[in-house]
Order: sequence, then C-alpha cells, then structure tokens
Amino acid sequence: MQIIKVDNLVKRFGAITAVDGISFGVEENTIFGFLGPNGAGKTTTINILCTLIAPTSGNASLDGHDCYSESAEVRRSIGIVFQDSSLDKDLTARENLMFHAYLYDVPKAERKKRVEDALQFAELRDRADNLIKTFSGGMKRRLEVARGLIHRPKVLFLDEPTLGLDPQSRQNLWEFITDLPRKHDVTIFMTTHYMEEAEVCDRIAIIDKGRIIESGSPQELKKIIGGDVIYLKTADNKKAMEEIKGLFGIEASEKDGEIFISVPKGEACIPEIIRKIGEQVLSVRMQRPTLNDVFLKLTGKEIREENASPGDDIKEAVRSYRRRHDRS
Amino acid sequence: MIEANAVYVIVAREFKKFIREKSRLISTIARPLVWLFLVGGGMSRLVPTGGGVSYMQFIFPGILGMTILFTSIFSSISIIWDKEFGFMKEILVAPISRFSVVIGKATSGMLLSTIQAVIILAFFPFLGLSIGPLEIVGIIFVCAILAFALASFGIVLASFYESYESFSVIMNFIVMPMFFLSGAMYPVKLMPPILQLFTKVNPLTFGVDALKHLTFPLEKGPMSPDFPFLLDVLVILAAAVVLVIIGGKAFERKG
Repeated sequence: MQIIKVDNLVKRFGAITAVDGISFGVEENTIFGFLGPNGAGKTTTINILCTLIAPTSGNASLDGHDCYSESAEVRRSIGIVFQDSSLDKDLTARENLMFHAYLYDVPKAERKKRVEDALQFAELRDRADNLIKTFSGGMKRRLEVARGLIHRPKVLFLDEPTLGLDPQSRQNLWEFITDLPRKHDVTIFMTTHYMEEAEVCDRIAIIDKGRIIESGSPQELKKIIGGDVIYLKTADNKKAMEEIKGLFGIEASEKDGEIFISVPKGEACIPEIIRKIGEQVLSVRMQRPTLNDVFLKLTGKEIREENASPGDDIKEAVRSYRRRHDRS
Repeated sequence: MIEANAVYVIVAREFKKFIREKSRLISTIARPLVWLFLVGGGMSRLVPTGGGVSYMQFIFPGILGMTILFTSIFSSISIIWDKEFGFMKEILVAPISRFSVVIGKATSGMLLSTIQAVIILAFFPFLGLSIGPLEIVGIIFVCAILAFALASFGIVLASFYESYESFSVIMNFIVMPMFFLSGAMYPVKLMPPILQLFTKVNPLTFGVDALKHLTFPLEKGPMSPDFPFLLDVLVILAAAVVLVIIGGKAFERKG
C-alpha cells in the first residue's frame, strides 16, 4: 500500500519555484530517500507533507488524508526530525520526551513507559536527567528520532538527519535508522545530499531544481551508468585497447595512463581479460558505480557540497519569503 | 478548540524553566524592590503628596503593576527564543490548535506574574500600609487578569518580531513607555493632556488604578485613583479577551 501519495505538487515562493510539479508514491514500511543538492526543494516538500506550508497547486496525501485540508489527521500520524535541532536545550532528555507525550495526547497510563522505552531506544537512559545543552550532536539526533516515535506515527520524516555529525556518529545513526521500519512498523521518508548515505533506502527519488529527474531502487539507479568500470594498466595501452576491441567488441578509453572499459558484470569480465591478454596487464581494478556517478550522469554536475552554493541563495530567499508571507 | 493537555504541558515547561533560572527569578523580584525602596524612598522626602499616603505608599500599586508588566511580557517574548532555537517547530507540527499554544503561553505568563506580584505584595507592612484580607484577595484577582491581558499583548508583540535582537526595541520603546504612562509613578490627573491620551489606551493604567483602589481606598487627595473601580476591572477584562484573540490571530498567521 502506498502511504504517501504526491501528485503534481507545485510550491512557489514569490518568483521562485521551489517545487515544480513532482509526483511520487511511498510504499508502507519502507525507507524512501529524497536525494538532491541544497535548495533542490527537499525541505519544501517535507514541509508540505508535514502540513507546515500549503502547496501552490497539486495534491499530497498521507495515509489517505490530504496534507492541506486534513492537517489534524496527518499531524497525528507523522513524526518529524528537522534539519536543525528542535529540542528544548534547557530541559532534560526525559522532560523533552514527556513534553512530546503530552502534546500528542499519549494516554496517561502509557506515557511513562513510552518515554522510558524511547530513552532506552536512544541509548540515553543514563543521561535521561541531564540538560540537553550538555548533549553531543549525535545524542541529540538519536533523542529526536526516538521522540518522533513516541506517539507511534505511521511515517517518520528525517530531514538531513546526519547534517553536522562526525563520521562515527553518522555510521551509528544509520544503523539505528535502518532498523526502524522493522522494529517500529514505520515508514521512513528522508532527505539527504550525501549520496553514499542514500544506499540504505529501498527507493530513491533524485530531485534537482524542484523536479524529480529519476527514481528507483539504488540498484536500478546504478544501472543507468551501465554497469561496472574496469581500469587496466598495461605495458602498451594502444595495443591492449585494440586487442580488447577485437576480442570483446568493447570500445576502451584511456585516461591518466589507464585504460578503462564499462561492462555490465565486472567481476566476470576480469578473469576473461586476464586469460586473453594477461601478459600485458600490469594492474587491474574495478569500480562499482555509486549514486554520485548516477547524479553526475543525470545532471551533468557533482552534487553540491554543504558550503555556500547557488542552492543556498535560493534557500535564503525562500526562508525570507516565508518569514514575510507564508506560515499558513 | 483548546487542548487541555497541551495547555498544561506548555505551562509546566515555563514553570520548570523559570525555577531553573535562578538569576531571572532574583532579578524580577529585585527590580521592583529597588524601585520601591530606592526610588520611592528617596522621592518620598521630595514629593509632597497632600494627602494621607506617602509617595512610597503611592507607588506601591504601580510597582505591583511593574512586576506584572515585566514578567508577563518577558514570559510571552520567550516565543521569539523558541522560534530562534527551533523548539517552536516541535509545537507547530503537533496535533494541537495554535490557539491552545497561545492560551498556554498566556496562562503561564499569568501564573508566573501573579506569583511574583504576591511576593512583592508581602512587603506592604514595611511601607506602613494596612490592607485587609478582602482587599488582598481583590489585589490577587486584579493582578491575575491584568497579567493575562499583558501576556496576551506580549504574544502579539512576539508574533511580529522574529529575532531576539528586537528584544531591546520592545523593552525600550514599548514596555518602558507603558510603565511610565500608566499612572504608576505619578497620578494620571496630574499629567499633561496629551500624555493622558496615551494612558487611556494603556491596559496597565487601569490595572494600576484598580490596585490603587484596593491599596489605599480611603485616599481622597491628588494621589487618589483616577477612574471608578468597576470601570478599571471591566477595561482589564475586555483587554484580556481582545488581546488574547488578537494574539491568537497574530500567532496563527505568523507562527
């Protein structure tokens, strides 16, 4: 069953079109990744799905409820971890969770237990009564994810969950997140601009400049690249290239003293090459396509990094527009 | 629609934070006492009141009003902090109405202010005032409705200001003038006519005036209250209702 359905969704902020007619669906209890550079329209889409802003046109529904006209029902069935921390740093971990339990009207008999479970789940039981301002970035994120699950939502939104975390905390957080659909019977909708992190998703939609340019499972997307790339160093590159063309019918190219060929199944091709032209080969290596390659192929550019970029300008423009007008 | 659980937890959060911030508690108690004893005490020797009350006794209701004004506005302005530090998002995506948030904030401002006003009120015997038990109950009631009105006014302000840099603007250009134009430090009837106009659109004026009625009911001279008691109470109640509705609308619009 598709728990999220988005149909031809458009959101404009003044002259800027942040989301430009996107459509997609998310299956229940899967991890769906929204992938794209800063300013691509990821957060805007999340904000529409979370009922925080109204779409300019098009439809978005969650568990059968319209995200605009039935916002109360939608809010009850979602949990959100925002890009920036939304914990109260002057309260303790337990107090933050308790606040959430009251706000979502968790039955009195269950409040305490659910808060304790969340602390356990976030591995923060020994820090439960410490103020949030003493917590590290990774601890805060884990607590926010656990908090987002207290009211048993059907969908959990994670907006750039690993932004600003060190590699170790990132790794931990991903292990934590991949277990969620199974353990908590929840669908995960996440955004990221770290390509390698999107590998954990069941399905990915690649978004750029407000449009979805491709979607599929990570494996399907990598097929766009056309398989693995094999790099060879040989005694005589020219001769080897001719021989490869003659033997396999593949056009090889040369770059930085290496020749490389693109083949569907690299691991089966390497022994074949060694058998045929083994004497000339000095070294051989194979590279599996990454989602980064996919993005590069689809958009003709690398996904932009976190620092200042054209995307940030758009983001800033959208923010200031929203400060002035929106917030409906 | 108002969700009781949401209002309760918003109030509980403000109380927890208030108790934890010792410096805030001390400064909000110390400020009125400084005004009362250092300003009021000094001026008492300078200002002939021409009636039964001394100047220090005269400003006592005004100082109660000051306590309520500062605490209520400060409590509501915390909305700006919540926005700045991201916590407001947690509240805004929750399945509760925006009006519950406004009621929760206004109620916490009301309770915190009233508690502090009661602490200041306890100093009345040191000023040579004698206030009966019935009047004390009346003072607490007036303090509570005044605090609710002013906390709602604070929410209106907080909806229009986005960052905490605006805090000093609010303090210097709205809160301080409201205090001086409320009849707290000098009777409204002795002010120039233009300033009297300002006092009449200031809800604090009527709060302070009602407190004057309850603090020195027998005073007849120039320091006596400026308006009838019933009018004072009605104006404060009306202001409370109107301001909480405007606050609700403003908050809904601006989040």
